[in-house]
Amino acid sequence: MSLLEIDAIDVHYGDFQALFGFGMRLCEGETLAIIGANGAGKSTLLKTLAGQLWPTAGTIRFAGDDISRVPDHRRVSRGIALTPEGRRIFRSLTVEENLRVGGYRRRPGPWDLRSVYEAFPLVADRRTRLGANLSGGEAQAVAIGRALMSNPRLLLLDEVSLGLAPVAIAEVYAALPAITANGTTVLLVEQDVNHALQVADRLQCLLEGRVVLEGTPDSVSRDDIAAAYFGISEEHA
Amino acid sequence: MIWVNALVQGVLLGGLYALLAAGLSLMFGVMRIVNLAHGTLALGAAYLGYVLVDSTGVSPFVALVVVVPVMAVVGYTIQWGLLNRALAMGGLAPLLATFGVAIVLAQLLQETFSADSRTLQVGTIGIRSFSIGDDIFVGWLQLIILGAGIAVIVGLQLFLSRTGTGRAMRACSDDVETARLMGIDSRHMYAVAASLAIATVGLAGMFQGMRTQFAPASGDMLLIFAFEAVIIGGLGSLWGTLLGAVTLGVAQVVGAQVDPSYGVLIGHLVFLSVLAFRPTGLLPKMVTA
Repeated sequence: MSLLEIDAIDVHYGDFQALFGFGMRLCEGETLAIIGANGAGKSTLLKTLAGQLWPTAGTIRFAGDDISRVPDHRRVSRGIALTPEGRRIFRSLTVEENLRVGGYRRRPGPWDLRSVYEAFPLVADRRTRLGANLSGGEAQAVAIGRALMSNPRLLLLDEVSLGLAPVAIAEVYAALPAITANGTTVLLVEQDVNHALQVADRLQCLLEGRVVLEGTPDSVSRDDIAAAYFGISEEHA
Repeated sequence: MIWVNALVQGVLLGGLYALLAAGLSLMFGVMRIVNLAHGTLALGAAYLGYVLVDSTGVSPFVALVVVVPVMAVVGYTIQWGLLNRALAMGGLAPLLATFGVAIVLAQLLQETFSADSRTLQVGTIGIRSFSIGDDIFVGWLQLIILGAGIAVIVGLQLFLSRTGTGRAMRACSDDVETARLMGIDSRHMYAVAASLAIATVGLAGMFQGMRTQFAPASGDMLLIFAFEAVIIGGLGSLWGTLLGAVTLGVAQVVGAQVDPSYGVLIGHLVFLSVLAFRPTGLLPKMVTA
């Protein structure tokens, strides 16, 4: 059975429609990358899954339950955790306090302070530092660690590489296998196609709120992706 | 020596202001609400204590056991039923809502209890004191109030820095959207913060009633003193609020020593000069809410 089933959802920001009849299925343990240009609806999708936005049509089923209208703060205990765009680290809390807040509604599982520190040695070094005083790479690692603290079944990663130095991106991606090895399902949103292809079992390309390309990293060519990404060719639209 | 005595009396008065200001500081720190009903709610607690003492004959200290929890429930209810909705509207709505609560409550108190001044009789502890040397006198009640003020500030600080709920509250203060992503019910958390704030101001109101008189219209002055203590100390810092409260108390008592009519005025002048020369306050926000 699929862990996540999204069935024909429409999502609006006020009057603006960001997703059109979007659907997908995600199996437990799978890593899916959603790629697409700015404004394609990627972050909207993650916000909808995390409960910050509610679909105006269609349903979202998670582990068999319809969660379309479950409030955001009740989704963590069901097993959905989001590392939001822009990391959103709590600035006046230390790194360790940020992690503890991430575990506020924690489910039983392998992730706790110790295992997060093992997976992210950089985070362990900065544990007493204030959230306001972190570099972009440090903040991203803390944001992922904070989401893991709830022991999610589904981890939503929004724009992990955005604004990071290449070496910091490599470090963050190096931690992904440790996350998926625990059976955590990962939904990854990226503008950086190369990184997405590296880690994903499957990828979907979004353009203006619709899926325009879907496949495994081996089955789709770079040209297909480029065309779908920018919406160049009519046959993909 | 009279100046040293004035200094000591000022610090003691600062204890009451710390109690009054702690909740104001907490509500501003956690949900950015300036609670204009703060002083009137303190009065409400004093009147509730008055009714209890009047009808059962217990000591006001015993009445605290009822008044403080009742005020905590009142705080939770006001936040949940009114201020959370006002926050969702944004802008000036929360400020106006608390202003409305202040007016309605003050009028209700006046309707019910008339405009006469009341006091809470605590017996001889209200007038007993001990002396240090020949010139310094410390009232027992004043000392108890100062102790309570310090205990409340230290307790709130420990709660915010050491407990899971306190951390969650600070997370809400930093970034409420992200706090909700962590599974924190921000509306409940706000209501808990308000319940703590109103419980502490209830304590302040009871003590104010024990040490002097109160009437339905005296809430405004309490609000102003609490507000000045928060600003002098620095917004969002509880230690700052304690320091600000003591500074205000000392300024008022030393001012009154210069000329009895100058007390409150000197307090206002200290407040204004902090605003002019050090607008972030004496101890600006460092780590916590």
